[in-house]
Amino acid sequence: MSQIDEQLRTELQRQGVWVTSMQDLYNWGRKNSIWPLQFGLACCAIEMIATAASRYDIARFGGEVFRPSPRQADLMIVAGTVTKKMAPQIVRLFNQMADPKYVIAMGACAISGGPFKQGYNVLKGIDRYIPVDVYIPGCPPRPEALLHAFMELQRKIDEQKLTGADKAEFLKPDQPSEFPVPRFGRHDLEPRANPNVFQPPVLER
Amino acid sequence: MSATIETLEAMERPPVSMASRLQGELLEVSMGPQHPSTHGVFRMNVALEGEIVRKLKPVFGYLHRNHEKIGENTSYLGSMPYTDRLDYFCSMTNNWAYALSVEKLAGIEVPERAEYLRVILAELTRLQNHASLLGFLLSDMGAWGTPLMYAFREREKILDLFESLAGSRMMCDYMRFGGCRVDPSDEWLAQAKQIAERFPKFLDEFEDLILGNEIVIGRTQNVGKLSAELAVNAGITGPMLRACGVNYDIRKVDGYGFYPRFKFRIPLGEHGDTYDRLMMRALEMRESVQILKQAFAQVQPGPVMNPKAKIRAFRPPVGEAYGHIEAPKGELGFYLISDGSPNPYRYRVRPPSFINLTILEDMCLGHTVADVMVILGSVDIVMGEVDR
Repeated sequence: MSQIDEQLRTELQRQGVWVTSMQDLYNWGRKNSIWPLQFGLACCAIEMIATAASRYDIARFGGEVFRPSPRQADLMIVAGTVTKKMAPQIVRLFNQMADPKYVIAMGACAISGGPFKQGYNVLKGIDRYIPVDVYIPGCPPRPEALLHAFMELQRKIDEQKLTGADKAEFLKPDQPSEFPVPRFGRHDLEPRANPNVFQPPVLER
Repeated sequence: MSATIETLEAMERPPVSMASRLQGELLEVSMGPQHPSTHGVFRMNVALEGEIVRKLKPVFGYLHRNHEKIGENTSYLGSMPYTDRLDYFCSMTNNWAYALSVEKLAGIEVPERAEYLRVILAELTRLQNHASLLGFLLSDMGAWGTPLMYAFREREKILDLFESLAGSRMMCDYMRFGGCRVDPSDEWLAQAKQIAERFPKFLDEFEDLILGNEIVIGRTQNVGKLSAELAVNAGITGPMLRACGVNYDIRKVDGYGFYPRFKFRIPLGEHGDTYDRLMMRALEMRESVQILKQAFAQVQPGPVMNPKAKIRAFRPPVGEAYGHIEAPKGELGFYLISDGSPNPYRYRVRPPSFINLTILEDMCLGHTVADVMVILGSVDIVMGEVDR
């Protein structure tokens, strides 16, 4: 497996024999064909389209296959303001995605509510309900920032272990793959956050 | 109006009674809010008989971000960045409409150079909005990718101009009450002129490639017809209204800014179908290029900001004002009531996308479900403006 001697490996490569481990091969394949969910919420979605379009060309990183169906997608780019009307649908979409699945919170609104945080109808960050892998600040983030987030996600996927005690979360049988969908309560979404995913920061006085 | 209310009630009844009313089996489909071609988080509840749309109920509010309420709790200038996020394709025209209403409210004069810059930026915005709209519309029709790539190639050039001027690609926040924020250099103007002059080349290429295409014609002609009478009664504005043959363009009618100084024509449609709406955008872009050429020839050096305009601690006198402009999507207006305090007492946006969307059902009835996407695409909506 991964205990192969590094020198022997380079020596073999010089002779035209490429030795790898199952984990490296698996992660190499996964990280270079991330299929995002074609799903835009607000202004950031336009920058997401610009990233996929001619100048920035996300296809260079293997992420150009935007799938409209969550069943076929690996990555959800939460691009825009999440309102309280939309949040249940987003959690439901995330639940419908197959494991392993990743989330990029794109822009200030998806991270924290952004400029619209004071609004009564705006969710203060999608990380209250679903786990987020990469956050990109900006309003909206430039396409380069989204590409950077994409590369960070690729690095994260590359480092995930398939076996052992520190194996990737999605391989552990007791890890949830679905998250409870919030419902409309009398004043706000109920629950207001998923305590397994999000703990409000403790203010130190 | 009573007919519409009856329709909505019928949608809420259980499907059995609806089916008996129409003597056919109806299938209810919820399209959206996550749908590849609903242009954002828009949802349509469609009742289908076979593939034919019999009823359509739009569901809004998935992107309601409290724009107007925030505007009433923020200072006048503080709302300017929020207007960028209304129609996020056209931040410059949103800025202009808002600045125009506040200037009316407080009676602020705008220097000549600033007026020219506003026209230049608004027409550049129109170019990039219409180009991307055509790209999106064609990808809704099934020309997946290629037209959008061409459109975004041109859009990026214009966004580069915006970025070098205002510091941001999309959220420009460029206009101020009584002028513009920064003065562009001569190099910027030369570059913008070059881009505007080369734009017809893209239009020729695009029209050759796509607008004469048999499939495009088949998918758009006689689809989603809108009569001039209904369009006027429903308050439709912008290219959608002009596609029905109604000659109404606020640039001509109201003559805000320096538009009366320019020579340009208003393209008008005949049939009011999707093809006319599509062509309207293509023709308007050519007229925008004409306006830009004249503006670049006429613009003179000078101040871009009225020195008497007060930016900090700005309190307009008690009163109300409505300023409207011809945004790329239609009439964009801001209605402001001032009670003399630093915040507006009432802040209301007249969004063109939202009002143009109200007759979606009338246009879609009797067409197939695949045509609904094309008709919706030709309305040119941006959810940030529809839901605010």
